[in-house]
Amino acid sequence: MSKGKILSVVLIAAAFGVGNYYGGLNSSPVITSSSGGASFGGGYDKSQDQDASAEAVQQVQGEVRVVNDGESIMAAVKAANPGDTIQVMPGKYHETVYVDKEDIKIVGVIKEGARATMDGQGKLNDAILYSGNNFVVENMTITGYKGNGIMGQAGNNFIIRNNLIVDTGVYGIFPQLGKNGIVEHNVISGIEDAAIYVGMSDNIHVAHNEVFDSVAGIEIENSRHAIVENNYVHDNTGGILAFITPGLPIKTTYDVIIRNNFVVNNNTENFAIPGSTVAMIPAGSGIIVWAGDDVIIEGNIISNNKTGGILVSDHNSFGAGSNDPESEPNPDRTMILDNFMMNNGYDTIDEVKALLAIELKGSDSADIIKVGGGVDSCIINRHRYTTAGVSDWKECDFTNTKNIETYLLDKPVAPRDIDPSERGKIAYLGICTGCHTYTDRMIGPPVNIIQALYMDNPQGLADYIANPTKKREDYPEMPPQNYLDEGTRLAVAEYMLKTSN
Amino acid sequence: MLSRLLAAIWLPLSLTWFSLYSISSVASDFKLRSQCPPSFEKTSAGVCKLRTMYQFYDSVQGRGLGGTQTSLPEARDGFSPEKIDLGRYLFFDPLLSKDGSVSCASCHQPDKGFADGMDRSIGITGEKVSRSAPSLWNVAFLDRFFWDGRATTLEQQAMGPLFDPKEMGNTPEKLVADISANPVYKAMFTKVFDDKKVSVANISEALAAFQTSLISLNSRYDQYAHGYHQALSENEIKGLNIFRSFVARCAECHQPPLFTNNQIAVIGTPDPEGMAFDVGAEATFNDKRNRGGFKVPTLRNIAKTAPYMHSGKFDSLNEATDFYNKGRGHAVPEDEELLIHWHIWEPNLRPEEIDLIVEFLHSLNDESLTPQLPESLPSGLPVVDQKYAANKQLQQQLQQQEQQTIEGEEDDE
Repeated sequence: MSKGKILSVVLIAAAFGVGNYYGGLNSSPVITSSSGGASFGGGYDKSQDQDASAEAVQQVQGEVRVVNDGESIMAAVKAANPGDTIQVMPGKYHETVYVDKEDIKIVGVIKEGARATMDGQGKLNDAILYSGNNFVVENMTITGYKGNGIMGQAGNNFIIRNNLIVDTGVYGIFPQLGKNGIVEHNVISGIEDAAIYVGMSDNIHVAHNEVFDSVAGIEIENSRHAIVENNYVHDNTGGILAFITPGLPIKTTYDVIIRNNFVVNNNTENFAIPGSTVAMIPAGSGIIVWAGDDVIIEGNIISNNKTGGILVSDHNSFGAGSNDPESEPNPDRTMILDNFMMNNGYDTIDEVKALLAIELKGSDSADIIKVGGGVDSCIINRHRYTTAGVSDWKECDFTNTKNIETYLLDKPVAPRDIDPSERGKIAYLGICTGCHTYTDRMIGPPVNIIQALYMDNPQGLADYIANPTKKREDYPEMPPQNYLDEGTRLAVAEYMLKTSN
Repeated sequence: MLSRLLAAIWLPLSLTWFSLYSISSVASDFKLRSQCPPSFEKTSAGVCKLRTMYQFYDSVQGRGLGGTQTSLPEARDGFSPEKIDLGRYLFFDPLLSKDGSVSCASCHQPDKGFADGMDRSIGITGEKVSRSAPSLWNVAFLDRFFWDGRATTLEQQAMGPLFDPKEMGNTPEKLVADISANPVYKAMFTKVFDDKKVSVANISEALAAFQTSLISLNSRYDQYAHGYHQALSENEIKGLNIFRSFVARCAECHQPPLFTNNQIAVIGTPDPEGMAFDVGAEATFNDKRNRGGFKVPTLRNIAKTAPYMHSGKFDSLNEATDFYNKGRGHAVPEDEELLIHWHIWEPNLRPEEIDLIVEFLHSLNDESLTPQLPESLPSGLPVVDQKYAANKQLQQQLQQQEQQTIEGEEDDE
């Protein structure tokens, strides 16, 4: 944060005056009991989420494939069909495993504590990349990769559980662009960005993980409807982050509940790659809300973080700033409920000291620090903490989030349901019409001639599509369309035989 | 193997047959087509709606990006087939330029990936303009145009080159006068537009309609994405995995299935020697944090559009890929301070990994839905230009020879 920015913060604070809201200098503290009271009534309404109301996916139950030490996990994935489970026996595996299939489970078998270990030996990029839906990976040990331990790309309904990920590249667990996923019971350390990084995703549950010795512990970035709970987040540079990072195609973070976590001793010197978003995090940051909206922080034990317990900032006051006109830079509606906070900010940065000084607070304690813009935030029992910048925050009208058990969906997100005729039509228009028109000669013969030949024989046409032979001297041979699955080929044939233009 | 070989020959050949076909069948009276282009369905309202296999999939926030099976962002479609066809004639017609010497297609040539094979394009004055011509494939999905993102619609974009003194050099008055004076165009505009007028707005709308029909979504990568994993070779799959790994991070900005995230990124690519530093999107947004920022281009048909980057600095895909491997900000001039995108770092890829990425990028080639070139134009001017026509003829001959060779080999089998 530059001195210029600090100065502007000082001026703004002075202009509004230092508020003596509840619990101020000469009034008795308002103590709100969090054991009773109202539960959070806002947030995510599943019934308004179109994707969430889709039919449940029928997850196929397939066969179990066993991979023994010395064999290849990837070979098993290649051979697998949707629904299959790949059991990986204890041993060492040096490979990158990619899963571009639906319904695949990779399950490490733990025998008397011995685990299946994927070791990138400092050479391989990522350990596991998945893009299929309903992907499960559990019980694996991952180490020595240059990139990520487990990276998801747009796969929905994922479960990443019970994995041990140490000393591996940039992110430990990185589901990106997925909906409805669980990251739980993982132990992750030694990551130069975030141990767990949920990016551009929706409906996520991150629970019961231990993350330590990394730059960031758990990062929720450009994601919505996420709960981070019951995690042990210690000895990182920054503990738990709710960020909107500018310049990405999905622009928002909101509906994030951070509750019942241990966020302690996050004082590790920042060892991030220069230029990365987390390189700006001062060592000793417990929880950081950076432009994220509707973030609820509740029931955490936040202690011994030397810069501050909870830092709330906009894009302009902290970090490199936003060069993205579409990303809204202010953290709106931050909601801080009861948290156990102790010994935070004991060796804080000058910028935080300056903010504390404005409110005539000492400089050896900083539990909650807010800087920059943002509206409609609230807090209860503020007298418990050393704070700066929250004096104009309202009292929250609720004390707990008990009525929100999870933001996960009741049913898995279903692939878009397309009836067979639509499938045939779309494949016909998207592919076949590159070479065929209804009545005219193009690269291939006109469709009306094909109709005359195959009128009562769609299966015959489907077979021909898969394995064409040269029929006409004056036309080039058709390339096989066997990359379309059997059902689609038949659907295309049926559509082609009934289309009239 | 034979089928793969044939498929590889099929695509380039298809272009040739297209051209042959067009010569024999397009009526000389310039009748506008009533059929939608390939990949479009004509609805009961008489307009063309895009249909692709990607419409089988859903995506987070409906943005359509990221994995193999994700939907596409919403596309610009819904134009009448006649409007698209009028746009096709206009696109290829040098009548749109100040002196009838260049058309839109001069810088966006169908056989050069709808770019022009130049580091920076040459406009009507014979001088190089400041930036390279971007490909037009899949522009229907974009909402930012020009390297610096200064236009938000294709119509707005069209005004740039039409009226830039260094590009097509025209004025709105002369453009409308020239097209109005042509009876064929006059009749076409009357038929296509409700207001029956030849106007700048209608000209740019027709051009937009045509450009939204340039769809490239049937590459071998797409076959892979739809579940046919044999469509890519082992090396191409390795390349795909490096491409999308978080070490190389290519896919973070060039996100499938469009292979662009349609954002502005500051990556610090160098300008050619002797050229002033190009501030890029700083000017668009009046924000110095966007200094040196340019639009992330699609990688669809990228193998066809060398040289690369906004100023054509790199001659090959290898060089362009290697730029990212050389370290964050390595080419930024000493007196410049740029806010380089955080995805740019120093991935330390091995040379063979760069080769594999390049090999993968070739699997994004798909020109199966290339539109037909008009055989002749209402203005009577040459289609694209003479050089282009000569090139086409040469290609045609080469491909016929190739085909004969292969047929000979088949007979041997």
